[in-house]
Amino acid sequence: MTTIEAAEPVIQLKNLSKTYGEFTAVDRLNLNIYPGEIFGLLGPNGAGKTTTILMMLGLTEPVSGEAIVCGVDATRNPMQVKRKVGYMPDDVGFYEDRSALDNLVYTARLNRIPEPEAKSRAMTLLERVGLAEAAHKRTGTFSRGMRQRLGLADVLIKNPRVIILDEPTLGIDPEGVRELLALIRDLSRNEGLTVLLSSHHLHQVQQICDRVGLFVQGKLIASGDIDTLSRQLDGSPAYRIELDVSPWSESLLTALRGVEGVTDVQLKDGAEPAEGAGIVTVAVSGTSDVTAELAQAAISSGASLFGLRPLRYGLDDIYHRYFEGGEKRERLG
Amino acid sequence: MSAWVNKWRGALGKTSRNTDAPSVAVRETRATSPFWVMVQKEFGDHIRSWRFVILLGIVTLACIGSLYTAVTALKDGAQTVGGDANFLFLSMFTVSSSGLPNFLTFLSFLAPLIGIAIGFDAVNSERSKGTLSRVMSQPVHRDDFLVAKFVAGLLLIAVVVFSLGFLVMGTGLITIGYPPTPEEFGRVIVMLLITTVYVGLWLNLSLLFSVRFKQAATSALSGIAVWIFFLVFYGMIVNLVGNALMPSDPSDVQGYMDAQNLLTLLSRISPAQLFQEAASTLLLPDVRTLNPFVTQEQAYLAISSPLSFGQSTLLVWPHIVALIAETSLSFAATYLLFMRQEIRSRS
Repeated sequence: MTTIEAAEPVIQLKNLSKTYGEFTAVDRLNLNIYPGEIFGLLGPNGAGKTTTILMMLGLTEPVSGEAIVCGVDATRNPMQVKRKVGYMPDDVGFYEDRSALDNLVYTARLNRIPEPEAKSRAMTLLERVGLAEAAHKRTGTFSRGMRQRLGLADVLIKNPRVIILDEPTLGIDPEGVRELLALIRDLSRNEGLTVLLSSHHLHQVQQICDRVGLFVQGKLIASGDIDTLSRQLDGSPAYRIELDVSPWSESLLTALRGVEGVTDVQLKDGAEPAEGAGIVTVAVSGTSDVTAELAQAAISSGASLFGLRPLRYGLDDIYHRYFEGGEKRERLG
Repeated sequence: MSAWVNKWRGALGKTSRNTDAPSVAVRETRATSPFWVMVQKEFGDHIRSWRFVILLGIVTLACIGSLYTAVTALKDGAQTVGGDANFLFLSMFTVSSSGLPNFLTFLSFLAPLIGIAIGFDAVNSERSKGTLSRVMSQPVHRDDFLVAKFVAGLLLIAVVVFSLGFLVMGTGLITIGYPPTPEEFGRVIVMLLITTVYVGLWLNLSLLFSVRFKQAATSALSGIAVWIFFLVFYGMIVNLVGNALMPSDPSDVQGYMDAQNLLTLLSRISPAQLFQEAASTLLLPDVRTLNPFVTQEQAYLAISSPLSFGQSTLLVWPHIVALIAETSLSFAATYLLFMRQEIRSRS
């Protein structure tokens, strides 16, 4: 990561703001995105993600601040930016009575690629996104997943340096999401593309993003890789382990609490079970990785250990803390 | 502005070269400018669409109908109406019999319909299908998009109007067996040009509505509403105003003339009126003036003969200019509206 950050950022947002009347959509946003990384812009609906993306492409003008993409001011020279940046809008649409190939060739020709070259490139890309056999079908008959993949081909046909994907995984089935994300990751790794994707779907973003930015009410409240983000949640435990134990006893609880580094032990189902009940799941939070010690403590206190799962702090938890804990957000924001 | 003009110049130069050696030249120009790519695509879309087939059907019917009327009227000896056998060929476009509409009436009725039908969903359908934001994220000027829509529509209209005109001329030639003089041919060509401009005006209006309204149905409806307004109500309103303005003293000649002139001016705001006057003046060389008032001296001293082609054109020149001005105005409005809009996906 350090090597990437040392390079000149591809996308540089400086104090970018956008207001619609009274409403502030984007509030003094500062963000750098470096070449070759996959950056996830995360936030609930209406957080200003799409507005930010539009400003990066010069499709809408910021009230103040500037967006510099590939070294060009996007507000002043949108044409130069649009030559280098591929953008797939949220819920991408195609000319429905034209074939997939026609749609791609049209985009290519808008980018001044001569027709013969455009055709061959379009076919290569269609193959790449797995739509080769549907190349001559009308896009009106395409499913959502196919359209999204065609959208990716459409973005790539101009040989961009940066691709911006707005909600790329929205409304596709899990298998489709997996394939699409694998494709995006592949592109970034093998061709050095910088990818910016916005989403409110955490799990998916988590799988492929190098860094994420959390975006709420027009403000970037945190950014970094997922470990950094979970560390940024001050006071919160960095490690969580779930144990399935039987039988349950007070002494076991004390033993678990006694392990060094453990900050909290909670029963999964809330209610205190009767002693000697069946398998009980407890969640243990700790400041360091205490999995091994916990197992030892459980066994030495006479209980049987049925399961032991170290939980990595997921984006989900981070997301919840930021977006649902109202006061916490105030504090962190 | 000058950059824009240069761009046009370059583009025009390119097309003229293309027409010299079509297929070869297209291959050789390394990459067509995005603007012409868009025009090509729009034109293709129009031609493939069902609505174009329907329009063509209506237009063909109108053409056959008007020919039928004209031929029957001519057979019944309607030359006396035109008064001059010299312009027999032109009368094919203007005479009618037994209450059936003639070519000109058909045209003035259908022209707005063609314009509205071609333009009403030009921008809003792209918006609602999510293609607008995709196209806008390509290195394409925003105004190019709008101008391409207009140019493609206008080209299509020109093709339709001219083929319609030539069809009537050709069929008429076969039926009546009386060839046109060069002057008559020129008059018809200029009339067809004016028709193209007139349809272009309606195309522009419907483009304006398609930018303004997100729903295609609303935009089509507003286009039709404006059309009906000018077709039916505008005349009524002008008459109403006229009645109020007429001086009460019947001997007040100056007052009468002023009021009448104002009325003429008002009625000429309507593009339908402008088109009607311009087209009929060109097709009826006997029309010597479009003023409602002719003094006795003027009437007495005027040579009773048809106007020459140049003079007729001169007579309707202000009308043509006014039509073009109205077209430009509505295009400017569309342009302003579109440039200020934010383009988001499907909204």
